[in-house]
Amino acid sequence: MDYSNNALLTIGTFLPLVGVLIMMFIPGSDERAHKQIAIITSGATLAVGIYTLIQFDYGNSATLQFAVNEEWIEVIKSNYIIGLDGISLPLYVLSMAVTFLVAVYTWNNVPDAGNPKAFLMLMLVLQVGMAGSFIAQDLILFFVFFELVLLPMYFMIGVWGGEDRQYASLKFFLYTMFGSALMLVAFLALFFQTGAESFSFEHLMAAGALIDHDVQVWIFAGMFIGFAVKVPMFPFHTWLPDAHTQAPTQGSVILAAILLKLGTYGFVRIALPMLPQGAHEWAPVIGILAVIGIIYGALGCLAQTDMKRLIAFSSVAHMGFVMLGISTLTTFGINAALFGMVAHGLITGMLFFVAGSIKHRYHTLEIKRLSGLLIQMPKMGWILGFAAMASLGLPGLAGFWGEFPVILAAYSPAFGVNEALFRTLMVIAAMGTVLAAGYLLWLFQRTAMGDPNPEFVSHDEPAQSLSAAANHGADADHHDEIHDVTIVEWIAWMPFLVAIVVFGVYPQLMFKVMDPAVIQLVERVGNGIP
Amino acid sequence: MLLAAQETAAAGWFLENAWLIPLIPFVAFFVILLFGKKMPRGGSEVGIASMVAALVVAAGAAYQWIDRVDSSHGEEVEPVIRQWVWWQSGGTRFGIGEHIDGLAIVVLLLVAFISTLVQIYSTEYVKGDRRYTHYFASITLFSAGMLIMVLAPNMVQLILGWEIMGLTSFLLIGHWWEEKANSEAALKAFWTVRVGDVGLLVGTAVLLGIFGTLDIKGINDSAAAGQFGSHNALMWAAIALFIACIGKSGQFPLHTWLPDAMAGPTPVSSLLHSSTMVVAGVYLVARLYPVFHVGLEINAVGQTFNLIAVIGGITVIVAAALAFVQNDIKKVLAYSTVSQLGYMMMGLGVGAWTASVFHIFTHAFFKCCLFLAAGSISYTASHHSFDMKKDMGGLWKKMPITFGAWMVSTAALAGIPFFSGFFSKDEIIDSAKHADYTIFYLVGIVGAFMTIAYMTRATYLVFFGTPRGGAAHFMGVEHGLEHRDDHAHETLGHDDHSDDHADQSDHGHDDHPEPVRGRPFPFAKYDSPWKITAPLLILGTLAVGSGYLNAPAVGVHWFEHQTESSIGLPLAEHEADGDNAEQVSSEHAVDESVGAEDVGAAEHAADSAIYSVPEPPKFAWGAAAPGLLLVLAGFLVSLFLSLAVFGKRKNVLSPLVGITERNKLFGAGHRFLVNKLYLDHLYEKVIVHGVAYPVSKAAYWFNQNIIDGVVDGAGRSTKRTGEWVYRNIDQRLVDGAVNASGMVANESGHALQPVQSGKVNHYGALLFGAAAVGAIVLILLNV
Repeated sequence: MDYSNNALLTIGTFLPLVGVLIMMFIPGSDERAHKQIAIITSGATLAVGIYTLIQFDYGNSATLQFAVNEEWIEVIKSNYIIGLDGISLPLYVLSMAVTFLVAVYTWNNVPDAGNPKAFLMLMLVLQVGMAGSFIAQDLILFFVFFELVLLPMYFMIGVWGGEDRQYASLKFFLYTMFGSALMLVAFLALFFQTGAESFSFEHLMAAGALIDHDVQVWIFAGMFIGFAVKVPMFPFHTWLPDAHTQAPTQGSVILAAILLKLGTYGFVRIALPMLPQGAHEWAPVIGILAVIGIIYGALGCLAQTDMKRLIAFSSVAHMGFVMLGISTLTTFGINAALFGMVAHGLITGMLFFVAGSIKHRYHTLEIKRLSGLLIQMPKMGWILGFAAMASLGLPGLAGFWGEFPVILAAYSPAFGVNEALFRTLMVIAAMGTVLAAGYLLWLFQRTAMGDPNPEFVSHDEPAQSLSAAANHGADADHHDEIHDVTIVEWIAWMPFLVAIVVFGVYPQLMFKVMDPAVIQLVERVGNGIP
Repeated sequence: MLLAAQETAAAGWFLENAWLIPLIPFVAFFVILLFGKKMPRGGSEVGIASMVAALVVAAGAAYQWIDRVDSSHGEEVEPVIRQWVWWQSGGTRFGIGEHIDGLAIVVLLLVAFISTLVQIYSTEYVKGDRRYTHYFASITLFSAGMLIMVLAPNMVQLILGWEIMGLTSFLLIGHWWEEKANSEAALKAFWTVRVGDVGLLVGTAVLLGIFGTLDIKGINDSAAAGQFGSHNALMWAAIALFIACIGKSGQFPLHTWLPDAMAGPTPVSSLLHSSTMVVAGVYLVARLYPVFHVGLEINAVGQTFNLIAVIGGITVIVAAALAFVQNDIKKVLAYSTVSQLGYMMMGLGVGAWTASVFHIFTHAFFKCCLFLAAGSISYTASHHSFDMKKDMGGLWKKMPITFGAWMVSTAALAGIPFFSGFFSKDEIIDSAKHADYTIFYLVGIVGAFMTIAYMTRATYLVFFGTPRGGAAHFMGVEHGLEHRDDHAHETLGHDDHSDDHADQSDHGHDDHPEPVRGRPFPFAKYDSPWKITAPLLILGTLAVGSGYLNAPAVGVHWFEHQTESSIGLPLAEHEADGDNAEQVSSEHAVDESVGAEDVGAAEHAADSAIYSVPEPPKFAWGAAAPGLLLVLAGFLVSLFLSLAVFGKRKNVLSPLVGITERNKLFGAGHRFLVNKLYLDHLYEKVIVHGVAYPVSKAAYWFNQNIIDGVVDGAGRSTKRTGEWVYRNIDQRLVDGAVNASGMVANESGHALQPVQSGKVNHYGALLFGAAAVGAIVLILLNV
């Protein structure tokens, strides 16, 4: 561990709380001030994140950097241990960037329930939980951050959500809680099985591998359910479409971009290295469920009539690829999984943004009623097309690097993992890419192409002359509410779009950071398997 | 950072920097996209300039490559490979860069050249289009995609270029997406190709598994040297990759997207069908030839067929048959492309690598020319209609350049001696015969018969006979000549007469969204404007001339010499059968070689010399004669048939007129062809519809009612348990006890009341408490 510069992560993680504190003392009626503070705070947090990026020693990305090890809750032998390595760095910075951009987006897109004060405060608290989960190097600390995320998201869905928000938020909360409970049992079991000495990751990784094989398998089962609910993996995914569909745009974006990654991150950071034999036994199960998720999620998408719900289901399919990568227990697979997490965060986040903005303008996301977006809002339409192309794994865009190496990895999984099974899974997963192209382009065709639905065309301009109108660039103003991408939206979205292209064109940017850490991790897992 | 093992010292500037060839149009794409609309020519100038620049670099590289080959003095010519680190995983680095050899040079030059011409042509053809800038951005990226793929030094870059083409073909085919039919054609193209791409992804994974590298040279060398663990795995890799080629190159049975892709603007069709996109599949097979050759045991002694040859052969025949029943000129050409791609695949399947690659080369010119000629006709003569029966006829008088280019290209396509197609196609057919693939030899000559037949029919319909519809108007022989002044009004009606067509699938339109306004009638005195005719003239010339780079009939083997190092396998010397074509088929010769090579073929590991490609056969007019006779026969049959059916002139074949109505068998066959073998029905109505509706609905029902039902059920039963606990335990037992003991009355009641309150955090607390209990139990058990 590298203990230099050790205040950096703590500042970066807890800085949003400063904003929350200030906002508490400002009356809720001053909405503008709250928005400004939220943007400034999250912007400052992102600046710290970027400074972290600069300070990070890339030649040494396998070791934990900016580490801190302070006494915390001595009674239960839990310490405040934090640190950042190549695995967590991209996700840590991504969480900051997403929160900042979502705060920017909120500038003139406060969800219908109003009260931006509470909304933005919750968002900042959420950010603390997310960033904290990625830096924690102590199980209890991780668990605290992991759970800290739940409550703000629960309220974001429950208060600012759609019509069915009560049901969705309750389901989200209870389901995740259920997983967390089992996870905590597993954590405690792990703690006691390793001699009840420490909750630090370092200790548990070293000692966990020595636990008896059968016990590892059982403890892994607990962790598996906890993390699998969060990912979510088939068959624990049913909270996701409801939560996503009902959540406000901001909630959906954060949920897709970061929250889901806590589950997969937990697998990579905790479950695999601490319980190598357990992971080895469970790998086929995870692989099978992941591939079922890919196909099943895609079929679910095809059945949807609501755009947002469709995107939500596509998350199930994409996270299936991530989990398949993890289940191969190879560097290829885990690298791709980590890349896939970031890529999915960017792409699906972008899709939810677009869905939110469409809803804002049309007050519906029913695919049947949407048509001809490309004529009414050409820029929005093309952004949708771009995000769809990225989401279906087009090379040159980020999504590809989360899928393709997974397929490469599944051909030759880690030693001792059933090869024939994984090769079959590889073929099925590859077929999943066809279905992905199917539901995404079908969505694009139905919503963006063709002529606009007359329902949404203002009456002074007859529908049949729309094509001609589009030709003269007059599309921006035929309808009061239907206008193309606004400035605020551009500011919030541009970084997403650029990142999708940049990581797609030059993936080495991220692979280079992650790879050494992943190699070390896979070695550790390999050593733990007799 | 440069990846290791680069020997570029003596290669020359153009060869070393050939990576610029795709990069220039790639950058141009972004320039057009971002700034095109503000440019005086809407970004088309950037597109054309980038293609010209790419062409210049490609030409320089070609020059230096020729120099490299000529100065090698018979030694093996090494490709020029440069790679930069692109991504890494598990410490292995993967590159992006260039892999230049004869094959790559040929296709690079071809793509850059044809793209340039097509873009020039497009400036006229899509003039005034509402998405003019988008069009040029897409078509530039399209060329860039092909160039990226052609240059690829490894599989990942190949996939990159491959998929970029998929994307841009989607954009270009669906260029006029306001029409549902067009957007559906675009989707169909993307999906069909995507189905094949599963094979590409899987095949690449298998290759990485076998060889531990994704570098094309590494893979080829190892495969050719027999350095692989399992031949079975290699075979699967070859099959998987070939599935991708079936999708991309429109081979049977995934060819159905190609005719629909005619919904795009005609210049796009011509680019797509000549040098890019559909050629990509053939190129992949040629690029990784050792993998296919060894994996599928092509040219193994005694082999009478293999996957590639069979698929190629079926495609040749099926597509040519389909071309014969089309009314849409572009669809005739589309099926013709499919059929010609079948020839290329079949050639690769029988070991005729050089001939197939040369056929890519010659075919590109004449097919591009034919499409552009079709575009010229629809642009100038037939009011954007492509229906040969309704809107064409007799055009040869008024469109001399288009007619000339068409005729020359048709001759090349049909394989008439001394036109380019003859040299390439005949060599494929001849090679099949020499390599003992007798079935495919027959397929080849029958295909030649069919090719000239459908082209004769199309030529007759377009250029001869009486002008009809739009053409009649253009020719000025329409009965209502007095309507001249109303021309603008008439063209507006082109949508109307499309509605008149009974069979929608049988005609095509380049539906320019705006009517053609203000152009005087006739549009041009002679032929189309120069931006259209100039490319036609150039391509028409090349439709003849390109053949002479490798014309065995006149003793030229230059092309073969330049590219043979790209095969990746040594050329086998002809032993006994070199001069004497007949001897090949004799039982005796086969038996002899079985003894010599069968042993070697059995154990793949050791000896590298066991895998080799047969040398191209020596040309002999005698060997070509059967094919040529069939071509002549095809011409005559089709000519008489066309005259009889369309020209209503009595001749020998007049009795055949109307046979499809009179004879049930012929009728059924005709219907079978018109309905495209019902494959579209199978794919769209059965498979796609099935997955999109019943299957996905069923999955979703399962999700909502079964999986989610369990979740909701668990939630509800927990709630009921809570209520039960509250009613029975809390209220009766605990509370009763509390009351009875006279202690503080409601305290514990309050404590447990939340159990039934429905508040989520309380439920959470309950669950959490249960988990904590579980944890304690576990601790007690284990400590």
